[in-house]
Amino acid sequence: MQENYIKQTEEVPEYTYLNLGPTHPATHGIFENVLTMDGEIVKGSVQTVGYIHRAFEKIAERRPYYQITTLTDRLNYCSSPINNMGWHMTVEKLIGVEIPKRAQYMRVILMELSRITDHLICNSVMGVDTGALTGFTYMFQWREKVYDIYEQICGARLTTNIGRIGGMERDFTDKAYRLINEFIRDFPKAFEEFNTMLERNRIFFDRTINTGAISAERALNYGFTGPSLRACGVDYDVRVMNPYSSYEDFEFDIPVGEKGDSYDRFMVRQHEIRESIKIIKQALNNMPDGKFHADVPEFYLPPKEDVYKNMEALIWHFKIVMGESDVPKGEVYHAVEGGNGELGFYLISDGGRAPYKLHFRRPSFIYYQAFPEQITGGMLSDAIVTMSSMNVIAGELDA
Amino acid sequence: MSKEITMSSEPLEGYQGEGFLATSLDKAVGLARSKSMWPLPFATSCCGIEFMATMGSNYDLARFGSERISFSPRQADLLIVAGTIAKKMGPVLKKVYLQMAEPRWVLSVGACASSGGIFDTYSVLQGIDRVIPVDVYVPGCPPRPEQILDGVMQIQELVKNEPIRRRNSAEYKALMASYGIK
Amino acid sequence: MNPKVDNEYIVEELKLAFNDDILLMDESYGMLGLEIKPSKINDLLKWFKEHPVIKANFLTDICGAHFPDLKDRELAVIYHVQSMENNIRVRIKCFIPISSPKIASATNLYVGANWMERETFDFYGVEFEGHPNLQRILNVDEMDYFPLRKQYPLEDGTREDKDDSYFGR
Repeated sequence: MQENYIKQTEEVPEYTYLNLGPTHPATHGIFENVLTMDGEIVKGSVQTVGYIHRAFEKIAERRPYYQITTLTDRLNYCSSPINNMGWHMTVEKLIGVEIPKRAQYMRVILMELSRITDHLICNSVMGVDTGALTGFTYMFQWREKVYDIYEQICGARLTTNIGRIGGMERDFTDKAYRLINEFIRDFPKAFEEFNTMLERNRIFFDRTINTGAISAERALNYGFTGPSLRACGVDYDVRVMNPYSSYEDFEFDIPVGEKGDSYDRFMVRQHEIRESIKIIKQALNNMPDGKFHADVPEFYLPPKEDVYKNMEALIWHFKIVMGESDVPKGEVYHAVEGGNGELGFYLISDGGRAPYKLHFRRPSFIYYQAFPEQITGGMLSDAIVTMSSMNVIAGELDA
Repeated sequence: MSKEITMSSEPLEGYQGEGFLATSLDKAVGLARSKSMWPLPFATSCCGIEFMATMGSNYDLARFGSERISFSPRQADLLIVAGTIAKKMGPVLKKVYLQMAEPRWVLSVGACASSGGIFDTYSVLQGIDRVIPVDVYVPGCPPRPEQILDGVMQIQELVKNEPIRRRNSAEYKALMASYGIK
Repeated sequence: MNPKVDNEYIVEELKLAFNDDILLMDESYGMLGLEIKPSKINDLLKWFKEHPVIKANFLTDICGAHFPDLKDRELAVIYHVQSMENNIRVRIKCFIPISSPKIASATNLYVGANWMERETFDFYGVEFEGHPNLQRILNVDEMDYFPLRKQYPLEDGTREDKDDSYFGR
């Protein structure tokens, strides 16, 4: 009787459907996954995205160049400065401006700080999903310290709008230097404590090793970039392949994984945080003297005091704010290594005040496609960890 | 922004004697409710990260009696909408609101949730008050954690002073009807 | 010893393989740009992917663009491919008429092309033939126009608090 029953269920597998999202607390953002479940095993998934589609590309066609920085903030809001700098560098490439070394080093410091915060949010939330809330509360204190640095430099915490086309808006203050130095002095110790909590933790091993794995070949076919690709063993990093903002001056390693599973992704991010600290130290020690912005009056806003007193500065200010600066016609693609991978800006300019077309290559939009393939055959709880280890950011994905 | 926010140490109004306090039911219930709000974070984007910072150890929303973040709308009194709500998301938001039990309050965090913010586009809902009624708006893009805390405190003020029969009143019913909620 | 792979090398190789089909070649900001007949796009992507020396086997991006003034070439589909080994990128463009916006899908070459093509369909209405699931991805399914075409407005249109005269319109 018992045997009969088992045989029958094998013949007709009964699948249930489980709706994960769009407001599920474990999905960290607005994604909908309708999972086909065989008991606790995931058999397939149908994804729906676009729940916070904000039409960035359409807005970008209506705004002058300097206003688009504000939009890029809201792409991957965990690491706004990288997006800001990426956009500035795209426009600088279009108009052919070389910015001074000092500004480039300042940008590197900011980009690496934001890479740290981006990876911290991903890895600490991964801890939360495997049952360790401590790391999250612990690491969020350090994110606050980075926010203090941002506030000192640009005045905002999260959506920074940092830098300008043609350089930085102002030099780092003494307090900013002090805060950065304090951060790189104290943070590594706290970070290693956080690392010990998870790195060799048996529970964490069991939850992450061999879950959500993807081979390097598949990953490349899907268009993976960034830590998720490096976890598969491909050492592709835009900072090294196409160095921008003087990254060629710095010594750092590209950590790679082996299997492309959640644990490898976690470890790649952890190592990248250490490498970022290394880069920041080098940048601070070798900070060149000089100006913090290039001499491009048609794009770089003049100092406010001059605007009140100096006719020429007033005219430039007016022209920039009204978006009347002339830009060359042309097409440019510029990529930076964002928190999640290659963040590309493809800009077509027709010489007008706004881009004719601006397309963002958003890394998480492209690699999130692989999610059903990664979770099929695994347990439901592993699917959650896989998602948090991929660090899919809704704002970037839906643009 | 009102400056005269009463602190929790302030005694309740009422007739007080040795070991007892006689006050109206409204006030007692309001006090109890306001000090144990269970928020449901409906965090969609950037403001969601600031909301996470508000929950984190530096700003610590738990100090205001909101220790327990409720991820189920059934057991929440306060809906915190943080982030852009696209038109695709609007019906979902309304569904979540309808699932919450009365009494329920809504805190709209950030410019996007309050008015669409910088995203006056074809795909973004121009303020969540087109779908559900909102009690307190927090401006900012994104607001600082202190501002979110201030918003939560304003909600506490509202909760504390709410008459116990407000949810049965004709005005409230008319408000709900204007959103198509029975 | 393989020859050095740079833009000149790719141009030479392309001339041998696709002489008549390539309509335009230029270089802007160091990146080689090609325009090819839409019917040949899959052949070209496949050629790039399987070329033993160039090895441009990574599809960086697909996006669309709308040029209302170009007669019968209104919609552009723009591909970026790159070779990680040789560290070189190439931009490929196809122009198709808006009256029948059809082009072959690249999904059988790259799985990742799936969503990029869906996005291009969603924004511009480009129909990718052979795509497994060509549906709207970011916008609501009920939407009846393609919002990134130039003739459609950006704004929501239901706001009453905005006075156009303040915005110079």
